[in-house]
Amino acid sequence: MERRRARSRAAWRRRRLVLILMSPWLVGFSVFFGYPLVMSAYLSLNHYDLLSAPRWVGLANYRYLFSVDPQTWTAVRNTLWMIGVLVPLQVLSAFGLALMLARARAGVGIFRTIFYLPALAPPVAATLGFVFILNPATGPVNTILSHLGISGPLWFQDPSWSKPSLVMLGIWGVGNTMIIFLAAVLDVPRTLYESAQLDGAGPLQRMRYVTLPSISPVLLFAAVLGVIQGLQYFTQAYVAAGVAAGQASQAADVTAASLGYPLDSTLMYPVLLYQHGFTDFQMGYASAMAMFLFVVSFAVTLTIVLNSRRWVHEAGR
Amino acid sequence: MSAAEAAVAPLVRRRPPARVRRKRLLVAVANHSVLVAAALAFLLPFLFITLTALMSNEQALSNHLWPHPFAWHNFHDVFTMPGAHLLRWMANTFEYSVLATLGVVLSSVPVAYALSRLRWRGRDVAFMVVLIALMLPPQVTVVPLYVMWAKFHPFGFNFIGTLWPVIIPNWFGDAFSIFLLRQFFLTIPEEYMDAARVDGCGELRILVTVVSRLAKPAIAAVALFSFLYTFNDFFLPLLYSGESPHHWVLSIGLSEFRSLHQVQWNLTMAATLLVMAPVILLFFLAQRAFVEGVTLTGVKG
Repeated sequence: MERRRARSRAAWRRRRLVLILMSPWLVGFSVFFGYPLVMSAYLSLNHYDLLSAPRWVGLANYRYLFSVDPQTWTAVRNTLWMIGVLVPLQVLSAFGLALMLARARAGVGIFRTIFYLPALAPPVAATLGFVFILNPATGPVNTILSHLGISGPLWFQDPSWSKPSLVMLGIWGVGNTMIIFLAAVLDVPRTLYESAQLDGAGPLQRMRYVTLPSISPVLLFAAVLGVIQGLQYFTQAYVAAGVAAGQASQAADVTAASLGYPLDSTLMYPVLLYQHGFTDFQMGYASAMAMFLFVVSFAVTLTIVLNSRRWVHEAGR
Repeated sequence: MSAAEAAVAPLVRRRPPARVRRKRLLVAVANHSVLVAAALAFLLPFLFITLTALMSNEQALSNHLWPHPFAWHNFHDVFTMPGAHLLRWMANTFEYSVLATLGVVLSSVPVAYALSRLRWRGRDVAFMVVLIALMLPPQVTVVPLYVMWAKFHPFGFNFIGTLWPVIIPNWFGDAFSIFLLRQFFLTIPEEYMDAARVDGCGELRILVTVVSRLAKPAIAAVALFSFLYTFNDFFLPLLYSGESPHHWVLSIGLSEFRSLHQVQWNLTMAATLLVMAPVILLFFLAQRAFVEGVTLTGVKG
């Protein structure tokens, strides 16, 4: 009897300890995550402009979002375009750089630093730099191209070149991924290569049957993270559109009119959400957009979390 | 670079025939040429930004690539231009970064400890919730949060237009930091904790004295990433303080810089360089922590 009471007291003390340690996250999760999620679902069924009380409109926001608003699908297409082009190119270029670094005999430290530095550049600063470097009139890139007899494209001013320009910016910042890949490539046990060579495998076969399978979990994880980041792609698109629009009009003001410039070609889904929620203050409609984003990213996330144990296990040794 | 050298150490101990050696040399030369070309391409944007930052306004608007004469005073003018309160923005950025980083470390370490070294029912579910929170875009929750801060006026204080709505959440656990710290705590051998327990340490004291000390590299990485994240953050500060220039951080000020100064590319590039400088300086001061930290997130992630 006495012992059982002591044991239950110990168990209770233990629970209290867990509760104390977890308390920051318990509060943080409920206030900054759980509550806004529920609230978002509620607001998405209302018309709400922050000034007057929310007015119930049922599914009207969703109906307008999916079947009336032409910008929705433009934004979805742009976001999918960025994910579909940027993520594979980032993984490929990071992998290529990591492979070359792993084989380099001299200057590895210097090369690694050079490839990593752009990833550190604050996104706003990097974007501003690229908009200048690629500006059609006096930018250094088009200046050099014209010296070579090529008339360069209008880059951020041209609807069909603005996204490729953002992709170039994204590849410039591939350093983080490259460092992770490099660590993974260097982690592949030497003995695997040696036995493959003894079996008569050439360089390409060693790549195909040793390197790739060994680091595939890391590649996959980087690709998945890239998709997640692609769904949130905002800063670069927002800044590039604003600065390029200002440059074109000489009025030089980042306003709602510049979002998506030129011709909605950089209008990403988060940019459109920002426009509806925080320049037009259509909080109900923006919540409906947020719920759609939530469903999509939750599906992606769930796939990852459910599979992560396998990937992590394979990545670790 | 010993690891890299080990990776390229010859496979065969015997001296290979001349033909093989020549082929290997060619491959190495080709590899290095591509590396040099790629490195130049990665450096070029920095070079162009720096050169333009040193030009006069007329030159920056011309097709010249090289500044003559070098306009070093641009870096001085950037601070004295009307409307561009660079020092004010730096102070705001610093306030945001330091307060947020402090909060992230202090609130995430105990949570990560509970999620890794204590056994309790529901732990795995709680960790999964952290993972989901980590991967959801901030745009999902941003509208109700904005409404919440807009309707919250304790003692008549207005949160919209300040940086507090961006700083305060960091004091309640950050999903990424919890995740990273947990992965590191899992690697600490149980023997250290047992030894402390035998000496009569309570769990809280073990966390403060033993685990925190052993986890210094991971805590340093978390602080570093948190600092970088807040220094670069644009979306959330834009939402809450975009309309009040007095509370702008560097990233917002920089994005509005050109609208303040019309088409002065030279000054804009000088400001761009100044915003990049602290991060790059930090990298060279703490290079090892950076590379180890990035590797920790990737390989263990």
